[in-house]
Amino acid sequence: MSEALRSIIIILSVIGGVMTIAAGLIWVERRLLALWQDRYGPNRVGAFGLLQVLADMIKVLTKEDWIPPFADKSVFFLTPAIIAITTLLTFAVIPFTSTILVADLNIGVLFFLAMSSLGVYSVTLAGWASASKYSLLGGLRAAAQMISYEVFMGLSLMGAVMLAGSFDLRVIVEAQRGLWYVVPQFAGFVIFFIAGVAETHRLPFDLPEAESELVAGYHSEYSGMKFGMFFVGEYIGITLISALITVLFFGGWLGPVLPPVVWFLIKTFFFIGFFILLRAALPRPRYDQLMALGWKVLLPVSLLNLAVTGGIMLAGR
Amino acid sequence: MLSVLKAIWAVLLHMFRPRVTVQYPEERPHIPPRWRGRIILSRDPDGEERCVACYLCAVACPVDCIALQATEDGHGRRYPEFFRINFSRCIFCGFCEEACPTYAIQLTTDFEMGEYVRQNLVYEKEHLLISGTGKYPGYNFYRVAGLSVKGKDKGQAENEEPPVDLKSLLPGRMESEQ
Repeated sequence: MSEALRSIIIILSVIGGVMTIAAGLIWVERRLLALWQDRYGPNRVGAFGLLQVLADMIKVLTKEDWIPPFADKSVFFLTPAIIAITTLLTFAVIPFTSTILVADLNIGVLFFLAMSSLGVYSVTLAGWASASKYSLLGGLRAAAQMISYEVFMGLSLMGAVMLAGSFDLRVIVEAQRGLWYVVPQFAGFVIFFIAGVAETHRLPFDLPEAESELVAGYHSEYSGMKFGMFFVGEYIGITLISALITVLFFGGWLGPVLPPVVWFLIKTFFFIGFFILLRAALPRPRYDQLMALGWKVLLPVSLLNLAVTGGIMLAGR
Repeated sequence: MLSVLKAIWAVLLHMFRPRVTVQYPEERPHIPPRWRGRIILSRDPDGEERCVACYLCAVACPVDCIALQATEDGHGRRYPEFFRINFSRCIFCGFCEEACPTYAIQLTTDFEMGEYVRQNLVYEKEHLLISGTGKYPGYNFYRVAGLSVKGKDKGQAENEEPPVDLKSLLPGRMESEQ
């Protein structure tokens, strides 16, 4: 009984925590971007502008929820939910500490890769169901970008998986007790981070949205809370990738003095901040540059990383 | 690749730069004295209305936001019966001020004119007319131009200066310079 209750509490607090962080990131991102652009950002609503989150939520919930008459209605309706659900589901396998995790899945890494593959459907189908040319172009770009970057996103993780000898994220963290995997797997970390930015289609890899060329890309036709779901999905995605980098390369909850959850949150928020810094600093590459970088540079490097890691492990046996 | 990292580093360093935002309602921005803001009608040093209702401002106005009606007082001096500026149309170009031959209409440094009701942006003469002389303290149009009344032409009265010769190249004398 108490075991079941404990699970329910953990599940609810994980969902609540992740949703709160995702909503709060609206404010965090705007304040951080402002900081790096010598501005203030939202600082009027409540203390430090914190209630801006609430104001934005009221705004997005009370907006007219318009479905264009030419859209494929059922798919149009479904797609915003897919991205939010797939990213949220992945948090089930993230170990926040050795005891706080929803599902101790022994194929946690594979579960994440499967869910992020499903997330591609959301963006691609949203572009298709909108039946508008800009949305379709955005959806097309999203399909190509996310599928190509998924290939070596999986490969870049395999180094860490090989070192730990397990797909279980908790075991991977425990295996980093001596040395964080960012040291032996630095190439893997860099490639995973770049692929993660592309996977969440964040700037500089926001080609599916590309507001300067495609209006708003795949979600041009979306309004109200349906658009809000894409937004929330994007922020959950950022949190997810940051949490995964923490777990796979930076020793998860491991750290001295402070309690494990605090260490986990500090590391995660560091990478969330880096995501936002990338947005502030870098311009969007051209579509062919993105593809060339993926297939001609990052894929060979991740394969090489895998081969070298495997070779060293065999030699050391 | 290196340039990407340098760009990220350069942006990160902006964290320690001062912010350029002026926190407006608490912190006032510098407004230059020639700012083109809310339009006023000024009075001459004797406290009379400067406006002679010549309609030049209304003609110069590119958006037709100035409306007035000329009338005369008992001495044959012209003044506007009503003077109306629709600030919801006004583009604050300052052409009216340039057109005005008597320095009556002037633009000020005030720009905080927000209203909840659009109709309130229509200013009547009582809203426009100020008690002072505005930017030109000593100027009195009739002292420069003269005024012909019945039985006397401009500059003919006892101790009256002749009117300024508009065709001359020399600058016209103003009251403050005399």
